[in-house]
Amino acid sequence: MTGPRAAAERAAARLTTKKGRNQMAGKRASRGGGYAVYLIPGVIASLAIIVVPLIMTVYTSFTKWNGVGDQKWIGFDNYTRLFHDTLFWQSFGHIILLILAMAVVPTLLGLFLAAVLFDYIAKHFSNRWASLFRSGFYLPQVIPVAVTGIVWGWILHPEYGALNKILESIGLSGLAKNWLGDENYALYSVMAIMIWFQLGYPIVMFMSGLQRIDPSLYEAADLDGATWWQRFRKITVYMIRPEFYVVLVTTTIAALKIFGPIFVLTRGGPSNSTIVPSYFAYKNFFEKAQVGYGSAISTVLTVLIILLAILFLRLQNRAEKAGA
Amino acid sequence: MTVTAPAPVTSAVPEIKAAKRRNPARFAILIALLVLLLLVVAPLLVVVLNAVKSPADYAGNGPLSLPSHLYWDGIINFWNRVNFGQKLWNSFISSIVVAVLGVVLSILNSYALGIGKVKGRVWFLVFFLVANVLPQEVLVYPLYYLSKQVGLYDNLISVVIIFTVIQSAFGTYLLTSVYAEFPTELLDAAAVDGAGKWRTLWRVVVPVSRPTLGVLFTFFFIWTWNEFFLPLVFLISNDNQTVPVALGVLQGDRLMDATTTSASALLGILPAMLFFVIFQRTLTRGITAGAIK
Repeated sequence: MTGPRAAAERAAARLTTKKGRNQMAGKRASRGGGYAVYLIPGVIASLAIIVVPLIMTVYTSFTKWNGVGDQKWIGFDNYTRLFHDTLFWQSFGHIILLILAMAVVPTLLGLFLAAVLFDYIAKHFSNRWASLFRSGFYLPQVIPVAVTGIVWGWILHPEYGALNKILESIGLSGLAKNWLGDENYALYSVMAIMIWFQLGYPIVMFMSGLQRIDPSLYEAADLDGATWWQRFRKITVYMIRPEFYVVLVTTTIAALKIFGPIFVLTRGGPSNSTIVPSYFAYKNFFEKAQVGYGSAISTVLTVLIILLAILFLRLQNRAEKAGA
Repeated sequence: MTVTAPAPVTSAVPEIKAAKRRNPARFAILIALLVLLLLVVAPLLVVVLNAVKSPADYAGNGPLSLPSHLYWDGIINFWNRVNFGQKLWNSFISSIVVAVLGVVLSILNSYALGIGKVKGRVWFLVFFLVANVLPQEVLVYPLYYLSKQVGLYDNLISVVIIFTVIQSAFGTYLLTSVYAEFPTELLDAAAVDGAGKWRTLWRVVVPVSRPTLGVLFTFFFIWTWNEFFLPLVFLISNDNQTVPVALGVLQGDRLMDATTTSASALLGILPAMLFFVIFQRTLTRGITAGAIK
């Protein structure tokens, strides 16, 4: 459930401009001192759970360590090794495909479906139909990811899985495959599952955004004889840009962090054909006891995510200013 | 429901005409959407279908046939084998404690940042934003190491503490932007009545912001319930596992045949569906909360 993180991203966007900062934090004069004491539990907790571990991981990434005994400082060796490690590049290559499946496709498809539901189904049938569809598409998002893995792992199972049985029963047994166990297909199977999983989130976000649009805009377009497609492109897409950026950034970050589905579906296999950075790091931490190397992987991943978040927030800000 | 608002006649007439003209297309679109919806929901339906099917029935009639009779043994056997009641309890107690503590911590932080406007608040907010997007992989090993040092490894308490802090980073973020807009008059009135900061917080600020706090509580509960990575690392003994971890590590187990797997998946889906139904209104409100001003 990446969904509600969006609220934070929006607030963050406001932080990156001076005006926004003033709006959020300034505006009213300080109410006097004495409030800082309320921050003490939060600061202590954040130090212990976030700041100290973060610093430890970054430090560890410059050492050789198996988790017990002494850490040996080796400078940038882990990073040099990382950039020569084909598995590392492979894992980031997979992430690019997963961004396609988790961010790009669901966002575009979701935008289209949300517009159809909001502007066509709700209008020509009823709101009840529209919200029925919305809830249905959102359903995969509320199911724990481990369960998603079980459901699909079982449906795609080569021997007793439902998909192959269905293919056999309609005489297409030639198409039956070991969907998750064949290195040529595993990543594509995971991608398809992730589209299924993510689709509901953009639909919900975009449908709520569409409610802001003044109906008279559509009426004016109708009077001018605009087709549905023209209205979709010129009004819907234009007005929904804020949500568009929020959805794109949250889903892209979710794709970079993906771990659960990979763990329960393929454990990175077969022969590393579905390995992703977070699982790569996990393996180094807990299976190979190469803690220094694992730390370097997660540090690189973290830097990438933060850079991407900043980039998106900038883009979003610029788009908002242009629209204002 | 062709026209919702009383629209001027001039615009209503062409619209009705257009709708009539597109009549067959209308139903084609509806049917296309229904097919898509069926595709999305089908995996879950197939799970339900096979969870109540006997292995013999499954072997004979395949995954898509209706069960010849309702067969509960698969679910019961799985429940007993993994001691599912214990996992449910572990998930429930840790999620509820995280939700409560996470909301309290978010309130305290946001009171200082949003209403108190303490010095350096922008930097605190930047910190909470970054904490929000951090991948858990970058925190996991030190947390694992430290929890062993303090004797909290393989203990629900460690997971509760970690998620309280992680969730409250988001909560602080959301709630600070809400509290920054908090009506000054209410705070002034409380001050005139002689209420101190502590009293004002619990008697004025918290009651007024209850809807937002409800949304946060719901999110924290469901997020924690669904968490997989950190519980997988921290909760290794059977008695401490949460539902997602118990189900996740069983995947690929030799003892799991098709119907048992369905039964286990159904047991994982049911609580999630229950929360979805219970919290649906809060969720839809919350997903969009703060997204658009």
